[in-house]
Amino acid sequence: MRFFEYEAREIVKRAGIPVTDYGFTTDAAEAKTIAERIGGPTVIKSQVLTGGRMKAGGVKFADTPDEAAQHAADILKLEINGHWPRGVLVDPKAEVKQEYYAGVVWDGSAKKPLMLFSDMGGIDIEQVAEEHPDHVGRRHFSPLEPFNDYQAKQCIADAGVTGKALQRATPVLARLARLFLENDMLLAEINPLAELHDGSFVALDAHMEMENEGMPRQKALIKALGIGDDEGTREGHEPTPFEAAVKAIDSADHRGVIQGKDTGFHGNIGLVIGAGGGSLTLTDAVRQQGGKPANYSEIGGNPSVAKACGLAKEVLQKDGVEKIAVMMSIVSNTRVDIVARGVIKACLELGKDPGETIAIFRIPGAWEEEGFKILDKYGIEYCDRSVSLWDAAGRAVAKIQGEAA
Amino acid sequence: MKKDAIFIGIEVDDSVAGDPAVGAKLDEVCPVNIYKGTESGVDIVEKNIDECVLCKLCYDVSPGNVTVTKLYDGGAAL
Repeated sequence: MRFFEYEAREIVKRAGIPVTDYGFTTDAAEAKTIAERIGGPTVIKSQVLTGGRMKAGGVKFADTPDEAAQHAADILKLEINGHWPRGVLVDPKAEVKQEYYAGVVWDGSAKKPLMLFSDMGGIDIEQVAEEHPDHVGRRHFSPLEPFNDYQAKQCIADAGVTGKALQRATPVLARLARLFLENDMLLAEINPLAELHDGSFVALDAHMEMENEGMPRQKALIKALGIGDDEGTREGHEPTPFEAAVKAIDSADHRGVIQGKDTGFHGNIGLVIGAGGGSLTLTDAVRQQGGKPANYSEIGGNPSVAKACGLAKEVLQKDGVEKIAVMMSIVSNTRVDIVARGVIKACLELGKDPGETIAIFRIPGAWEEEGFKILDKYGIEYCDRSVSLWDAAGRAVAKIQGEAA
Repeated sequence: MKKDAIFIGIEVDDSVAGDPAVGAKLDEVCPVNIYKGTESGVDIVEKNIDECVLCKLCYDVSPGNVTVTKLYDGGAAL
Protein backbone atom coordinates (compact mmCIF):
# COMPACT_ATOMS: atom_id res chain seq x y z
CA MET A 1 0.00 0.00 0.00
CA ARG A 2 1.31 3.41 -0.97
CA PHE A 3 0.98 6.61 1.01
CA PHE A 4 0.82 10.22 -0.05
CA GLU A 5 3.65 12.38 1.20
CA TYR A 6 1.46 14.12 3.77
CA GLU A 7 0.48 10.74 5.18
CA ALA A 8 4.06 9.48 5.14
CA ARG A 9 5.13 12.60 7.00
CA GLU A 10 2.47 11.94 9.62
CA ILE A 11 3.78 8.40 10.04
CA VAL A 12 7.30 9.78 10.46
CA LYS A 13 6.04 12.34 12.96
CA ARG A 14 4.23 9.68 14.98
CA ALA A 15 7.50 7.74 15.17
CA GLY A 16 9.14 10.70 16.91
CA ILE A 17 11.17 11.94 13.97
CA PRO A 18 11.16 15.74 13.68
CA VAL A 19 9.23 17.12 10.72
CA THR A 20 8.59 20.67 9.58
CA ASP A 21 5.41 22.54 10.57
CA TYR A 22 3.67 21.61 7.33
CA GLY A 23 -0.02 21.67 6.48
CA PHE A 24 -2.15 19.69 4.06
CA THR A 25 -5.14 21.12 2.25
CA THR A 26 -7.35 20.64 -0.76
CA ASP A 27 -8.23 24.32 -0.89
CA ALA A 28 -6.15 27.24 -2.19
CA ALA A 29 -7.58 29.70 0.34
CA GLU A 30 -6.62 27.36 3.18
CA ALA A 31 -3.13 27.11 1.68
CA LYS A 32 -2.86 30.86 2.26
CA THR A 33 -3.92 30.42 5.89
CA ILE A 34 -1.32 27.72 6.41
CA ALA A 35 1.36 29.89 4.79
CA GLU A 36 0.39 32.79 7.08
CA ARG A 37 0.72 30.51 10.08
CA ILE A 38 4.14 29.35 8.91
CA GLY A 39 5.17 32.96 8.41
CA GLY A 40 7.91 32.94 5.80
CA PRO A 41 8.80 31.41 2.45
CA THR A 42 6.97 28.16 1.73
CA VAL A 43 7.06 25.24 -0.67
CA ILE A 44 3.78 24.11 -2.24
CA LYS A 45 3.88 20.42 -3.20
CA SER A 46 1.34 18.43 -5.18
CA GLN A 47 0.14 15.30 -3.38
CA VAL A 48 0.18 12.61 -6.02
CA LEU A 49 1.20 8.97 -5.97
CA THR A 50 3.71 9.35 -8.77
CA GLY A 51 7.20 10.69 -9.26
CA GLY A 52 8.39 13.62 -11.36
CA ARG A 53 6.48 16.29 -9.45
CA MET A 54 9.19 18.93 -9.67
CA LYS A 55 9.68 18.46 -13.40
CA ALA A 56 5.93 18.61 -14.05
CA GLY A 57 5.49 21.84 -12.11
CA GLY A 58 3.96 20.18 -9.09
CA VAL A 59 6.40 21.76 -6.64
CA LYS A 60 6.60 25.56 -6.38
CA PHE A 61 8.18 28.04 -4.01
CA ALA A 62 6.28 30.99 -2.56
CA ASP A 63 7.57 34.06 -0.74
CA THR A 64 4.18 35.30 0.45
CA PRO A 65 0.86 33.71 1.55
CA ASP A 66 -0.86 35.16 -1.54
CA GLU A 67 1.73 33.54 -3.76
CA ALA A 68 1.24 30.27 -1.87
CA ALA A 69 -2.52 30.45 -2.55
CA GLN A 70 -1.93 31.08 -6.25
CA HIS A 71 0.55 28.20 -6.54
CA ALA A 72 -1.85 25.92 -4.67
CA ALA A 73 -4.68 26.82 -7.05
CA ASP A 74 -2.45 26.07 -10.05
CA ILE A 75 -1.13 22.81 -8.65
CA LEU A 76 -4.59 21.54 -7.68
CA LYS A 77 -5.55 21.78 -11.37
CA LEU A 78 -2.36 20.09 -12.57
CA GLU A 79 -2.48 16.45 -13.67
CA ILE A 80 0.85 14.66 -13.30
CA ASN A 81 1.49 11.40 -15.17
CA GLY A 82 -2.24 10.72 -15.27
CA HIS A 83 -2.70 11.44 -11.55
CA TRP A 84 -4.84 14.25 -10.15
CA PRO A 85 -3.56 15.64 -6.86
CA ARG A 86 -5.22 14.64 -3.62
CA GLY A 87 -4.34 18.11 -2.35
CA VAL A 88 -1.27 20.20 -1.65
CA LEU A 89 1.24 20.21 1.14
CA VAL A 90 2.34 23.65 2.32
CA ASP A 91 5.77 23.34 3.83
CA PRO A 92 8.17 25.90 5.35
CA LYS A 93 11.16 26.49 3.10
CA ALA A 94 13.90 25.20 5.35
CA GLU A 95 17.37 26.74 5.57
CA VAL A 96 19.39 23.61 5.07
CA LYS A 97 23.02 23.11 5.97
CA GLN A 98 23.24 19.64 4.40
CA GLU A 99 20.87 17.10 2.93
CA TYR A 100 21.08 13.40 3.84
CA TYR A 101 19.23 10.26 2.82
CA ALA A 102 17.77 7.80 5.35
CA GLY A 103 15.87 4.74 4.29
CA VAL A 104 14.85 1.22 5.18
CA VAL A 105 13.80 -1.23 2.51
CA TRP A 106 12.85 -4.89 2.57
CA ASP A 107 15.63 -6.94 0.96
CA GLY A 108 13.88 -9.92 -0.57
CA SER A 109 17.14 -11.72 -1.31
CA ALA A 110 18.44 -11.49 2.24
CA LYS A 111 14.93 -11.80 3.71
CA LYS A 112 15.79 -8.97 6.08
CA PRO A 113 15.25 -5.23 6.25
CA LEU A 114 18.13 -3.15 4.92
CA MET A 115 19.03 0.26 6.36
CA LEU A 116 20.54 2.79 3.99
CA PHE A 117 22.09 6.12 4.86
CA SER A 118 23.93 8.65 2.75
CA ASP A 119 25.36 12.11 3.24
CA MET A 120 24.27 12.88 -0.33
CA GLY A 121 20.52 13.40 0.06
CA GLY A 122 17.97 15.05 -2.16
CA ILE A 123 18.73 12.87 -5.17
CA ASP A 124 17.89 9.26 -6.00
CA ILE A 125 19.73 6.87 -3.71
CA GLU A 126 20.21 4.53 -6.68
CA GLN A 127 22.22 7.24 -8.43
CA VAL A 128 24.31 7.88 -5.34
CA ALA A 129 24.93 4.16 -4.86
CA GLU A 130 26.13 3.86 -8.44
CA GLU A 131 28.25 6.99 -8.66
CA HIS A 132 29.42 7.37 -5.05
CA PRO A 133 29.19 3.96 -3.38
CA ASP A 134 31.51 5.11 -0.58
CA HIS A 135 28.86 7.63 0.45
CA VAL A 136 26.23 4.99 1.14
CA GLY A 137 26.06 2.99 4.36
CA ARG A 138 24.16 -0.30 4.29
CA ARG A 139 23.27 -2.58 7.16
CA HIS A 140 20.80 -5.44 7.41
CA PHE A 141 19.00 -6.00 10.66
CA SER A 142 16.80 -8.69 12.11
CA PRO A 143 13.03 -8.30 11.88
CA LEU A 144 12.73 -10.55 14.94
CA GLU A 145 15.29 -9.27 17.43
CA PRO A 146 14.95 -5.92 19.20
CA PHE A 147 16.53 -3.09 17.24
CA ASN A 148 19.41 -1.26 18.89
CA ASP A 149 20.48 2.28 18.09
CA TYR A 150 24.10 1.23 17.62
CA GLN A 151 23.04 -0.63 14.46
CA ALA A 152 21.81 2.65 12.98
CA LYS A 153 24.99 4.38 14.13
CA GLN A 154 27.15 1.81 12.36
CA CYS A 155 25.17 2.29 9.16
CA ILE A 156 25.55 6.07 9.27
CA ALA A 157 29.26 5.78 10.08
CA ASP A 158 29.65 3.50 7.05
CA ALA A 159 28.59 6.48 4.92
CA GLY A 160 31.48 8.49 6.32
CA VAL A 161 29.41 10.63 8.68
CA THR A 162 31.15 11.55 11.95
CA GLY A 163 30.90 13.86 14.95
CA LYS A 164 27.72 15.67 15.94
CA ALA A 165 25.97 14.78 12.70
CA LEU A 166 26.51 11.09 13.46
CA GLN A 167 25.17 11.53 16.98
CA ARG A 168 22.10 13.48 15.90
CA ALA A 169 21.21 11.36 12.84
CA THR A 170 21.42 8.10 14.78
CA PRO A 171 18.04 8.36 16.57
CA VAL A 172 16.39 9.40 13.31
CA LEU A 173 17.54 6.29 11.46
CA ALA A 174 16.85 4.10 14.51
CA ARG A 175 13.28 5.39 14.74
CA LEU A 176 12.83 4.89 11.02
CA ALA A 177 13.96 1.27 11.41
CA ARG A 178 11.52 0.68 14.28
CA LEU A 179 8.75 2.41 12.35
CA PHE A 180 9.49 0.06 9.45
CA LEU A 181 9.07 -3.02 11.63
CA GLU A 182 6.12 -1.85 13.68
CA ASN A 183 4.09 -0.70 10.67
CA ASP A 184 4.77 -3.64 8.30
CA MET A 185 6.51 -1.41 5.77
CA LEU A 186 8.25 -2.48 2.61
CA LEU A 187 9.84 0.92 2.22
CA ALA A 188 10.35 3.80 4.66
CA GLU A 189 12.38 6.62 3.23
CA ILE A 190 13.25 10.18 4.25
CA ASN A 191 14.82 12.08 1.40
CA PRO A 192 15.99 14.64 2.04
CA LEU A 193 16.70 14.41 5.72
CA ALA A 194 17.91 17.91 6.38
CA GLU A 195 20.54 19.08 8.82
CA LEU A 196 19.66 22.65 9.69
CA HIS A 197 22.15 25.35 10.61
CA ASP A 198 21.51 24.80 14.31
CA GLY A 199 22.62 21.18 13.87
CA SER A 200 19.16 19.66 14.25
CA PHE A 201 17.74 17.15 11.80
CA VAL A 202 14.31 17.35 10.20
CA ALA A 203 12.49 15.25 7.60
CA LEU A 204 11.70 17.36 4.54
CA ASP A 205 10.09 14.58 2.52
CA ALA A 206 9.04 11.01 3.21
CA HIS A 207 8.00 8.01 1.17
CA MET A 208 6.29 4.97 2.70
CA GLU A 209 4.97 1.72 1.30
CA MET A 210 3.24 -0.83 3.49
CA GLU A 211 3.10 -4.51 2.73
CA ASN A 212 -0.41 -5.25 1.46
CA GLU A 213 -0.66 -8.32 3.67
CA GLY A 214 0.11 -6.12 6.67
CA MET A 215 -2.89 -3.87 6.11
CA PRO A 216 -5.30 -5.86 8.31
CA ARG A 217 -2.83 -5.55 11.21
CA GLN A 218 -2.43 -1.83 10.61
CA LYS A 219 -6.08 -0.86 10.56
CA ALA A 220 -5.63 1.60 13.42
CA LEU A 221 -2.90 3.51 11.62
CA ILE A 222 -4.76 3.48 8.31
CA LYS A 223 -7.88 4.77 10.02
CA ALA A 224 -5.95 7.42 11.92
CA LEU A 225 -4.57 8.71 8.62
CA GLY A 226 -8.11 9.06 7.31
CA ILE A 227 -7.71 6.48 4.58
CA GLY A 228 -11.00 4.93 3.51
CA ASP A 229 -11.59 1.22 3.00
CA ASP A 230 -12.44 1.91 -0.63
CA GLU A 231 -8.93 3.12 -1.42
CA GLY A 232 -7.46 -0.39 -1.42
CA THR A 233 -3.73 -0.66 -1.89
CA ARG A 234 -3.46 2.38 -4.15
CA GLU A 235 -1.59 0.63 -6.89
CA GLY A 236 0.77 2.82 -8.80
CA HIS A 237 -1.48 2.98 -11.84
CA GLU A 238 -5.10 2.73 -12.76
CA PRO A 239 -5.96 -0.87 -13.73
CA THR A 240 -6.10 -1.43 -17.48
CA PRO A 241 -9.31 -2.94 -18.92
CA PHE A 242 -7.52 -6.31 -19.01
CA GLU A 243 -6.43 -6.04 -15.39
CA ALA A 244 -9.85 -4.92 -14.25
CA ALA A 245 -11.57 -7.71 -16.16
CA VAL A 246 -9.30 -10.40 -14.70
CA LYS A 247 -9.81 -9.02 -11.22
CA ALA A 248 -13.59 -9.10 -11.70
CA ILE A 249 -13.45 -12.73 -12.83
CA ASP A 250 -11.32 -13.62 -9.83
CA SER A 251 -13.64 -11.84 -7.40
CA ALA A 252 -16.74 -13.53 -8.77
CA ASP A 253 -15.57 -17.06 -7.93
CA HIS A 254 -13.89 -18.12 -4.69
CA ARG A 255 -12.23 -21.15 -6.25
CA GLY A 256 -8.55 -20.66 -7.00
CA VAL A 257 -6.79 -17.43 -7.77
CA ILE A 258 -6.03 -15.61 -10.99
CA GLN A 259 -4.22 -12.35 -11.57
CA GLY A 260 -3.38 -10.53 -14.75
CA LYS A 261 -1.17 -7.57 -15.54
CA ASP A 262 -0.52 -6.04 -18.91
CA THR A 263 0.86 -2.61 -18.13
CA GLY A 264 4.06 -2.34 -20.14
CA PHE A 265 3.44 -5.53 -22.11
CA HIS A 266 2.87 -5.18 -25.84
CA GLY A 267 3.80 -8.58 -27.24
CA ASN A 268 2.09 -11.33 -29.21
CA ILE A 269 2.40 -14.30 -26.81
CA GLY A 270 -0.40 -14.48 -24.30
CA LEU A 271 0.69 -16.07 -21.04
CA VAL A 272 -1.52 -18.23 -18.85
CA ILE A 273 1.06 -19.14 -16.27
CA GLY A 274 1.65 -19.73 -12.58
CA ALA A 275 2.56 -22.04 -9.69
CA GLY A 276 5.14 -21.42 -7.05
CA GLY A 277 7.09 -18.62 -8.67
CA GLY A 278 6.48 -20.08 -12.10
CA SER A 279 4.98 -16.87 -13.45
CA LEU A 280 8.10 -14.79 -12.97
CA THR A 281 10.36 -17.59 -14.13
CA LEU A 282 8.30 -18.20 -17.23
CA THR A 283 7.92 -14.55 -18.15
CA ASP A 284 11.70 -14.18 -17.90
CA ALA A 285 12.23 -17.37 -19.89
CA VAL A 286 9.96 -16.20 -22.71
CA ARG A 287 11.70 -12.84 -22.85
CA GLN A 288 15.21 -14.24 -22.67
CA GLN A 289 14.44 -16.51 -25.61
CA GLY A 290 13.34 -13.60 -27.74
CA GLY A 291 9.62 -13.85 -27.13
CA LYS A 292 7.37 -10.89 -26.50
CA PRO A 293 4.79 -11.52 -23.77
CA ALA A 294 1.46 -9.75 -24.13
CA ASN A 295 0.78 -9.97 -20.41
CA TYR A 296 1.81 -11.37 -17.08
CA SER A 297 -0.53 -13.65 -15.17
CA GLU A 298 -0.77 -15.92 -12.19
CA ILE A 299 -3.08 -18.86 -11.91
CA GLY A 300 -3.20 -21.29 -9.04
CA GLY A 301 -4.99 -22.54 -5.97
CA ASN A 302 -7.09 -24.95 -8.03
CA PRO A 303 -9.30 -22.56 -9.97
CA SER A 304 -12.58 -23.60 -11.49
CA VAL A 305 -12.93 -24.29 -15.20
CA ALA A 306 -14.84 -21.02 -15.48
CA LYS A 307 -12.03 -19.06 -13.86
CA ALA A 308 -9.30 -20.60 -16.01
CA CYS A 309 -11.53 -20.03 -19.03
CA GLY A 310 -12.13 -16.42 -18.04
CA LEU A 311 -8.43 -15.66 -17.72
CA ALA A 312 -7.60 -17.36 -21.01
CA LYS A 313 -10.37 -15.49 -22.82
CA GLU A 314 -9.15 -12.15 -21.54
CA VAL A 315 -5.61 -12.97 -22.64
CA LEU A 316 -6.77 -14.17 -26.05
CA GLN A 317 -8.79 -11.03 -26.63
CA LYS A 318 -5.88 -8.70 -26.04
CA ASP A 319 -4.72 -6.76 -29.07
CA GLY A 320 -1.80 -8.45 -30.82
CA VAL A 321 -2.09 -11.84 -29.16
CA GLU A 322 -1.49 -14.61 -31.70
CA LYS A 323 -1.24 -17.62 -29.43
CA ILE A 324 -1.22 -18.42 -25.75
CA ALA A 325 1.30 -20.44 -23.81
CA VAL A 326 -0.17 -22.32 -20.86
CA MET A 327 2.68 -23.18 -18.56
CA MET A 328 3.16 -23.84 -14.88
CA SER A 329 5.68 -25.36 -12.56
CA ILE A 330 4.68 -28.75 -11.14
CA VAL A 331 1.26 -28.42 -9.56
CA SER A 332 -0.09 -30.34 -6.60
CA ASN A 333 -3.20 -28.41 -5.61
CA THR A 334 -4.24 -27.04 -8.98
CA ARG A 335 -5.56 -29.74 -11.30
CA VAL A 336 -4.10 -30.12 -14.77
CA ASP A 337 -7.35 -31.39 -16.29
CA ILE A 338 -9.39 -28.49 -14.92
CA VAL A 339 -7.00 -25.89 -16.34
CA ALA A 340 -6.90 -27.77 -19.64
CA ARG A 341 -10.68 -27.67 -19.83
CA GLY A 342 -10.69 -23.97 -19.03
CA VAL A 343 -8.21 -22.84 -21.66
CA ILE A 344 -9.73 -25.07 -24.34
CA LYS A 345 -13.19 -23.79 -23.53
CA ALA A 346 -11.89 -20.23 -23.90
CA CYS A 347 -10.64 -21.02 -27.40
CA LEU A 348 -13.86 -22.69 -28.43
CA GLU A 349 -16.06 -19.90 -27.09
CA LEU A 350 -14.01 -17.39 -29.07
CA GLY A 351 -14.29 -19.48 -32.23
CA LYS A 352 -10.63 -20.46 -32.23
CA ASP A 353 -9.03 -23.85 -32.83
CA PRO A 354 -7.39 -24.89 -29.52
CA GLY A 355 -4.74 -26.89 -31.36
CA GLU A 356 -3.69 -23.83 -33.32
CA THR A 357 -4.18 -21.28 -30.57
CA ILE A 358 -2.40 -22.93 -27.65
CA ALA A 359 1.29 -22.90 -28.55
CA ILE A 360 2.29 -25.16 -25.69
CA PHE A 361 0.66 -26.65 -22.61
CA ARG A 362 3.16 -27.51 -19.93
CA ILE A 363 1.46 -28.18 -16.61
CA PRO A 364 2.68 -31.35 -14.93
CA GLY A 365 1.25 -32.58 -11.67
CA ALA A 366 -2.12 -33.44 -10.20
CA TRP A 367 -4.48 -35.19 -12.61
CA GLU A 368 -2.07 -34.84 -15.51
CA GLU A 369 -3.09 -38.13 -17.11
CA GLU A 370 -6.66 -36.89 -17.33
CA GLY A 371 -5.43 -33.54 -18.60
CA PHE A 372 -3.33 -35.15 -21.31
CA LYS A 373 -6.37 -37.05 -22.59
CA ILE A 374 -8.20 -33.75 -23.04
CA LEU A 375 -5.21 -32.16 -24.76
CA ASP A 376 -4.87 -35.16 -27.08
CA LYS A 377 -8.50 -34.84 -28.10
CA TYR A 378 -7.98 -31.25 -29.24
CA GLY A 379 -4.55 -31.76 -30.83
CA ILE A 380 -2.70 -29.49 -28.45
CA GLU A 381 1.07 -29.78 -28.05
CA TYR A 382 1.84 -30.57 -24.44
CA CYS A 383 4.70 -31.80 -22.36
CA ASP A 384 5.28 -33.25 -18.93
CA ARG A 385 7.87 -32.51 -16.25
CA SER A 386 10.68 -34.00 -18.33
CA VAL A 387 10.59 -30.74 -20.31
CA SER A 388 11.88 -27.79 -18.29
CA LEU A 389 10.08 -24.50 -17.98
CA TRP A 390 12.89 -22.95 -20.00
CA ASP A 391 12.49 -25.44 -22.85
CA ALA A 392 8.70 -25.15 -22.82
CA ALA A 393 8.96 -21.38 -23.07
CA GLY A 394 11.44 -21.82 -25.91
CA ARG A 395 9.03 -24.06 -27.79
CA ALA A 396 6.25 -21.50 -27.48
CA VAL A 397 8.50 -18.69 -28.71
CA ALA A 398 9.80 -20.79 -31.61
CA LYS A 399 6.29 -21.68 -32.68
CA ILE A 400 5.16 -18.07 -32.82
CA GLN A 401 8.34 -16.81 -34.42
CA GLY A 402 8.24 -19.67 -36.93
CA GLU A 403 4.81 -18.64 -38.06
CA ALA A 404 5.80 -15.01 -38.27
CA ALA A 405 8.85 -15.82 -40.44
CA MET B 1 -32.44 -37.17 -18.17
CA LYS B 2 -29.15 -36.56 -20.01
CA LYS B 3 -27.17 -33.42 -20.70
CA ASP B 4 -23.79 -32.99 -22.37
CA ALA B 5 -21.41 -30.05 -22.10
CA ILE B 6 -18.05 -29.80 -23.87
CA PHE B 7 -16.04 -32.20 -21.75
CA ILE B 8 -18.51 -33.92 -19.48
CA GLY B 9 -21.90 -35.59 -19.91
CA ILE B 10 -24.34 -36.25 -17.08
CA GLU B 11 -27.14 -38.77 -17.10
CA VAL B 12 -29.64 -39.36 -14.31
CA ASP B 13 -31.82 -42.38 -14.87
CA ASP B 14 -35.47 -41.51 -15.31
CA SER B 15 -36.34 -43.96 -12.54
CA VAL B 16 -34.86 -41.56 -9.95
CA ALA B 17 -34.84 -38.22 -11.79
CA GLY B 18 -38.31 -37.45 -10.48
CA ASP B 19 -37.52 -38.29 -6.87
CA PRO B 20 -37.20 -35.12 -4.75
CA ALA B 21 -35.21 -37.00 -2.10
CA VAL B 22 -32.61 -38.08 -4.65
CA GLY B 23 -32.60 -34.59 -6.14
CA ALA B 24 -31.99 -33.01 -2.74
CA LYS B 25 -29.17 -35.41 -1.97
CA LEU B 26 -27.49 -34.87 -5.35
CA ASP B 27 -27.77 -31.12 -4.79
CA GLU B 28 -26.17 -31.53 -1.37
CA VAL B 29 -23.21 -33.72 -2.31
CA CYS B 30 -22.06 -32.22 -5.60
CA PRO B 31 -19.17 -29.84 -4.82
CA VAL B 32 -19.61 -27.89 -8.05
CA ASN B 33 -23.42 -27.57 -8.08
CA ILE B 34 -24.18 -29.64 -11.15
CA TYR B 35 -27.46 -30.84 -9.63
CA LYS B 36 -30.32 -28.69 -8.44
CA GLY B 37 -32.89 -30.40 -6.24
CA THR B 38 -36.48 -29.42 -6.98
CA GLU B 39 -39.93 -30.36 -5.77
CA SER B 40 -40.28 -32.57 -8.81
CA GLY B 41 -36.90 -34.24 -8.60
CA VAL B 42 -33.62 -32.96 -10.00
CA ASP B 43 -32.41 -30.52 -12.62
CA ILE B 44 -29.00 -30.61 -14.24
CA VAL B 45 -27.37 -27.17 -14.24
CA GLU B 46 -25.82 -26.99 -17.69
CA LYS B 47 -23.33 -24.21 -17.01
CA ASN B 48 -21.75 -26.24 -14.23
CA ILE B 49 -21.41 -29.58 -16.00
CA ASP B 50 -17.86 -28.94 -17.22
CA GLU B 51 -16.84 -28.04 -13.67
CA CYS B 52 -17.22 -31.72 -12.71
CA VAL B 53 -14.23 -32.82 -10.63
CA LEU B 54 -14.88 -36.55 -11.21
CA CYS B 55 -15.36 -37.17 -7.50
CA LYS B 56 -18.11 -39.81 -7.92
CA LEU B 57 -20.04 -38.51 -4.89
CA CYS B 58 -23.16 -38.43 -7.08
CA TYR B 59 -22.63 -42.12 -7.83
CA ASP B 60 -23.02 -42.90 -4.14
CA VAL B 61 -26.38 -41.12 -3.89
CA SER B 62 -28.18 -43.59 -6.09
CA PRO B 63 -25.81 -46.35 -7.21
CA GLY B 64 -26.27 -47.34 -10.83
CA ASN B 65 -28.62 -44.48 -11.62
CA VAL B 66 -26.18 -41.64 -12.23
CA THR B 67 -23.58 -41.71 -15.00
CA VAL B 68 -20.81 -39.23 -15.66
CA THR B 69 -19.18 -39.55 -19.06
CA LYS B 70 -15.89 -38.10 -20.21
CA LEU B 71 -16.67 -36.79 -23.65
CA TYR B 72 -12.98 -36.15 -24.30
CA ASP B 73 -12.23 -39.81 -23.73
CA GLY B 74 -14.55 -41.42 -26.23
CA GLY B 75 -17.53 -41.04 -23.93
CA ALA B 76 -16.02 -43.33 -21.31
CA ALA B 77 -18.06 -43.56 -18.13
CA LEU B 78 -16.43 -42.45 -14.92
